[in-house]
Amino acid sequence: MSKLRDVFQNGHKAFIPFVTAGDPSADSTVSQVLALADAGADIVELGVPFSDPIADGPVIQAAGLRAFAGGITVNGVFAIVAKIRERSQVPLVFLTYANIPFKYGYDKFTARCEELGVYGLVIPDLPAEEAGEILPYTEKHHVDLIPLISPTSGPRLPKLVKHATGFIYIVSALGVTGQRDGFSVNLPELIQQLRQVTDAPLCIGFGVHTPAQAETLAKEADGVIVGSAIVQMVADNPDPAPVIGAYTKQMVAAVQAAQVGN
Amino acid sequence: MLKDNQTAKQDNRFGEFGGQYVPETLMAELDKLTQAFEACKTDPAFQKEFHDLLNNYANRPSLLYYAKNMTEDLGGAKIYLKREDLNHTGAHKINNVLGQVLLAKKLGKTRLIAETGAGQHGVATATAAALFGMDCEIFMGKEDTERQRLNVYRMELLGAKVRPITSGQGLLKDAVNAALQDWAAHPDDTYYLIGSAMGPAPYPAMVKEFQSVISKESKQQIQAVEGKLPDAIVACVGGGSNAIGSFAEYIDDPRVKLYGVEAAGKGIHSGKTAATMELGTPGIFHGMKSVFLQNDEGQIDKVYTISAGLDYPGIGPEHAALAASGRATYVGITDDEAVAAFEYIAKEEGIIAAIESCHAVAYVQKLAPTMPKDATIICTLSGRGDKDVASIAKYRGVEGIE
Repeated sequence: MSKLRDVFQNGHKAFIPFVTAGDPSADSTVSQVLALADAGADIVELGVPFSDPIADGPVIQAAGLRAFAGGITVNGVFAIVAKIRERSQVPLVFLTYANIPFKYGYDKFTARCEELGVYGLVIPDLPAEEAGEILPYTEKHHVDLIPLISPTSGPRLPKLVKHATGFIYIVSALGVTGQRDGFSVNLPELIQQLRQVTDAPLCIGFGVHTPAQAETLAKEADGVIVGSAIVQMVADNPDPAPVIGAYTKQMVAAVQAAQVGN
Repeated sequence: MLKDNQTAKQDNRFGEFGGQYVPETLMAELDKLTQAFEACKTDPAFQKEFHDLLNNYANRPSLLYYAKNMTEDLGGAKIYLKREDLNHTGAHKINNVLGQVLLAKKLGKTRLIAETGAGQHGVATATAAALFGMDCEIFMGKEDTERQRLNVYRMELLGAKVRPITSGQGLLKDAVNAALQDWAAHPDDTYYLIGSAMGPAPYPAMVKEFQSVISKESKQQIQAVEGKLPDAIVACVGGGSNAIGSFAEYIDDPRVKLYGVEAAGKGIHSGKTAATMELGTPGIFHGMKSVFLQNDEGQIDKVYTISAGLDYPGIGPEHAALAASGRATYVGITDDEAVAAFEYIAKEEGIIAAIESCHAVAYVQKLAPTMPKDATIICTLSGRGDKDVASIAKYRGVEGIE
């Protein structure tokens, strides 16, 4: 049974914050993730920096550059996870680009994930058509490959959810990551379509930043993912952990309010 | 050719390379594009319109010119130049652009976007947008907008908007990133007109199909004058569009040697190079599995060459496969050698060729003397060199030329 599925048991709605590993330093990331966990984050998404993050907007691109300036490496990211694991068992997933696990070796990369308790992988440039090359290894090492669903997926939906052992990541808007005030897709309709083809939990990301947005989205979905808004706080604050912790508390409360409302 | 395309259609791969490594947002568009591309290959109306544009707008067929002076000077194989520099807009890029713009129209798109390095593909795309009354935005690395200012002005003159890209190194790779992002944000009305034989399927096979006119012509032309196939084809390679078009008709005939010439910048081991095949390793980037200049962890390397059109850390997937199988050979030419060839071909043949193409010319200078006098080489002159005159002058320390 997937450890990520456990999070959503009994209709629990999840808040999933994102930070970039190594932004601005490995030590800072450890304290950021611990603060997010303490604030009630259900899952923490950790970005493994890639030189050319084509799905990311300027805020997360800049975080990657800060992480590289701080000397981050892939093994450095695994070391961050090992440090987090000394203090917290918060479920972790990685967001990275296909070339990182490909170059590390799919088997070795997913084995390290299993060993350190990284339960899932989000890889924006590994669509369903290409996922077959990593699936034997994610299955072998019990790591969930998280499918991404976009407003343009349409008739592709059944194909995309076929291997959804963890949760499903709904990209709520076209284009790259970053804060938005409106969402370009009829989310209730998309969620309804997905419910017909999968029983996997559905989490929405791309552009979410206010508690009000989170509450609205959590009424429809099983979880809400926030990246750029938090990464911007990391950029703006010399000691970001308490700031993103306080924000996460608000967001967790908003998501839970949606649950009560149901 | 037919065999290759069937392979590409079945699994989108060239050996282990190729594929579609793009965000889900773009997959539905790639599906539509693949269908339109497959249909166009056998659609007589499409083929008629495409070839009509090639012949009556782009000035095809391009000449196969016997370079007598170079041949005599180098004292080996007979050298023929495939004059893509004489096409409308001054480079081979227009061939592919005219094919893809017809597909964009078929798909109901109203806006063209494209990446450009040297500016030749941007100029060709802006030209097609003007001809077909479409909106056009060209993504160009900031550094490239500075070293290719003439082409920037040309694109603007044609009604396109040029967006300078400052992220990353501000080079071709970063322009591709920005164009992919823009496409993902506007998939409904926008067509991404990729200029090289790279990116996610079907682009590598599609660019090859539209550029294969180069070798379809050269094969007929060389047989008409020499009565036999050429012994070697030489073409420069960045992403690899003019090279794959120059190779296409000869790939299935192993008697014809194929040489792709990369930009070695300040030298293969200088750390300032763009020689992907010599130094690269397999990876996944820009929608494809191919060979890339990257570090041990898969972070894409910085590249350097004097030539904005070859300044790319990867290569098209079919080239990676041709190298892996040994069918084609890839070699590096340095800035110094390319600049010397730029001057050489100008003085010997009275042709000012693009600095990109001069990488191929420089390799011909090495190759021809090693071959017998009855052998023939076809070297593709992918573009004309007017755009490079100012930067070559600067390289030579000549002042006051802008």
